[in-house]
Amino acid sequence: MADTIRVVVAKVGLDGHDRGAKIIARALRDAGMEVIYTGLHQTPEQVVEATIQEDADAIGVSILSGAHMTLLPRIIDLLKENDAEDVLVFCGGTIPKEDIPKLKEAGVGEVFTPGTPTRKAVEYLQGQLVG
Amino acid sequence: MDTEKKAKDRWREAYEGRGERDAEFSTMSGVPIKPLYTPDDVEGDYDDKLGYPGQYPYTRGVYPNMYRGRLWTVRQFAGYGSAAETNERFRYLIDHGQNGLSVAFDMPTLMGLDSDSPLSLGEVGTEGVAVDSLEDMEKLFEGIDMGEISTSMTINAPAHVLLAMYVVAAEKQGVPPEKLAGTNQNDILKEYIAQKEWLFPPEPSMQVFKDMLVYATEHMPRWNTVSISGYHIREAGSTAAQELAFTLSDGFAYVEAGMEAGLDVDDFAPRLSFFFNSHIDFFEEIAKFRAARRIWATVMKEKYGAKDERSLLMRFHTQTAGVSLTAQEPYNNVARTAFEALAAILGGTQSLHTNSFDEALALPTEEAVRVAVRTQQIAALETGVTNTIDPLGGSYFVEALTDELERQAYDYFKQIEDMGGVVRAIENGFQMEEIAEASARYQREVESGQRHIVNVNIYEPKDESDVETHRVDPTVSEGQVKRLKELKERRDNGRVEECLEAVKKACREGENVMYPTIEAVRAYATVGEISSAMQEVYGTYRETPVI
Repeated sequence: MADTIRVVVAKVGLDGHDRGAKIIARALRDAGMEVIYTGLHQTPEQVVEATIQEDADAIGVSILSGAHMTLLPRIIDLLKENDAEDVLVFCGGTIPKEDIPKLKEAGVGEVFTPGTPTRKAVEYLQGQLVG
Repeated sequence: MDTEKKAKDRWREAYEGRGERDAEFSTMSGVPIKPLYTPDDVEGDYDDKLGYPGQYPYTRGVYPNMYRGRLWTVRQFAGYGSAAETNERFRYLIDHGQNGLSVAFDMPTLMGLDSDSPLSLGEVGTEGVAVDSLEDMEKLFEGIDMGEISTSMTINAPAHVLLAMYVVAAEKQGVPPEKLAGTNQNDILKEYIAQKEWLFPPEPSMQVFKDMLVYATEHMPRWNTVSISGYHIREAGSTAAQELAFTLSDGFAYVEAGMEAGLDVDDFAPRLSFFFNSHIDFFEEIAKFRAARRIWATVMKEKYGAKDERSLLMRFHTQTAGVSLTAQEPYNNVARTAFEALAAILGGTQSLHTNSFDEALALPTEEAVRVAVRTQQIAALETGVTNTIDPLGGSYFVEALTDELERQAYDYFKQIEDMGGVVRAIENGFQMEEIAEASARYQREVESGQRHIVNVNIYEPKDESDVETHRVDPTVSEGQVKRLKELKERRDNGRVEECLEAVKKACREGENVMYPTIEAVRAYATVGEISSAMQEVYGTYRETPVI
C-alpha cells in the first residue's frame, strides 16, 4: 500500500445531483488523500477503467437515481473481471435501508446515507486502508 | 425623538449586560443577523419599495387579492413506470377533480436517451415515466381530452422533442396547438449551472430555446415555454442569494434571447414563470421571494422596456427543500417541510409542492405523499396565515433582509454582466464555483457544530425507526425496451431517416428546428434518434468538474 490513499470519487447514473460527490471529494482531499473526481454521468465501465488507470485504492460511488442495485454490483463484477477486486468500494446517496445489507453482500464495503458527517467516510477509509 | 434614542440606548446596554447564548446568529447563507430591527433599519419610501399587492413593484404580491381571492395550487409532481401505468394514475386524478397534470419523466428521457441505450441501464421508468416515441406520448394521454387539461412537463434538454410529441398526440385527438395549455420546464441554463442534464453546448441550446419560444409564441398562446428554475441551483448547495441571482439572471438571458429572435418583449414575457426552492431558514426564504418579485418587475420595466403589466409579474411555483431532509428519524422531516411550506406561503407563492418525509430514502410512498398534501391543507385552512396579504410586510427585519438579498443579487448581476453574460459565465464555470464554495462552507459549518441539524449533529438518534419505502417494479425496463424494438421494426424507417436529415439541415442552416422535429416525431423517430441527429451538428457537452 502506498503512503497516500488514492480514491476515485465517481458519479454514476444519469442524474446530475453532484453536491454530495463534490462534498465528499473535498473532504477526502482535505484529509490528505489523492482524489480523482470523474465528473457526471459515468458508466460502471468508465469508473472501473479510471480506477485501474489511476491505480486507486478505493472507489466512492455517489448515487441518487435509484439505480444502485444495478450499477454497484456491476462495478464490483467489473473489478473482479479486471483482477482488481482488492479495490475498496463504498457508496453514498439515497439508498433505502433494506438495500444496505444486499449491497454489502454484493461486496460494497460501506454505505453512507444522507446526513452522515464526511469525517465518518474519512475515518472509514483510513481504518480500512492504512496500517 | 430624543427619548426614543435614549430608550434604544437603554435597551442596547441592557442587552449587552445580559449576554448571548453560544450560537450562530446568521442566516444559513451567512447573512449576519442583528439582535433587533427597528425603523432605523428600513430605508426608502413605502410606495416606491413596497406599494400594494398587484401593483408595481409587486413586493407584496402579484395579485390584488392574493390568497383571500384564491388559495395557491397544490401541485405535487409525480410519475414512474410505463406510459400506460402513468396514464392510469392520470385518469384516477382527473376522476377525482384534478384538472392539471404534472409529468415526471425518467432519467434517460431527461437526457435525450432511448430506453435501450446502454447508459439507460437500471434507470428506465425508475424516477419518472419512460417516453421514447410518440407512441408512448399517445398512451400517456389515451382517454384524456388534451384540449381540456393543462399539463406541466418537467423536461429540459430534449424539451422541443417532447413538446413536438405533445402537439402531435393532441393533433391526433383533433386538438390544435392553439388550444393546448401547460408548461414545459425547458430551463437549459440552470442545467449547466446545477442539474446537469444537457445535450448540446450552451450556445446551440439557446438557439433551440429561441426556436421553441418563437414557435409557441406563434402557435401556442396558452403554453408557457419556460419555467425559470432556482430549485435545482439551491439543491446543488447554493445560498439563497445565489439562487435568487442566478435564477433571475437566467430569466433575463431568456428575455434577451426572445428579443434577439425578433419577438416583442410583451409578446412572450407574460408567459414566463418561475420555480423556487423553499429552504429551512424561514425569514431568509420569505425575503428572497419578496426580493425576487421586486427585482423582476423593476428590471423588466426599466431595462427591457416591458409595457404590458403582465410582463412585470413574477409568478412562481415553490418546492420545499429536498436537501434539508434527513435519512435519520425520517418523521422529523414532516416538521421541516411544514416550516418550509409556511415560508413559501408567506412569500406569496402561486403553487406549492411539499416533499414527503421519506424522500431522503427513496421515492415517496402514497401515505407519505398524503401527509405532505395534508400539510398544505392545514396551513391553508387551519393556521389563519391566509387571512391577510403579505402579513410580514413592514416587519423591520423582513424588509431589511429583503433589501439585503436584493443588494446581493444586483452584485451578482454586475459580476455576470462584466463576464459577458450568463452563457459566458457558465463557460467560465463561475456559477458552479460559487455554488461549490457555498456548499462546502455550509458543510464545514455543520461538521464543526457551528450549525445544527437535529438528529444529524445534535441529539443523534439512538434507535433508528424503520419506515416502509416505495419500490419501483423492476420489469418496467424489459417491457419498455421490447416495445421500442417492435416499434423500430414496424415503422417506416426510410421516412424516419428523411426526417432526421431534415432536422440536421435545420440545425445547420439556422431554420426553426421545431417544424422538422414535429415531422420526425410524427414518423415515430425517438427522443434518442432526434437528440443524436442534432448532436451531430451541434456537438456534445462535457463540463470541467469543479470540486
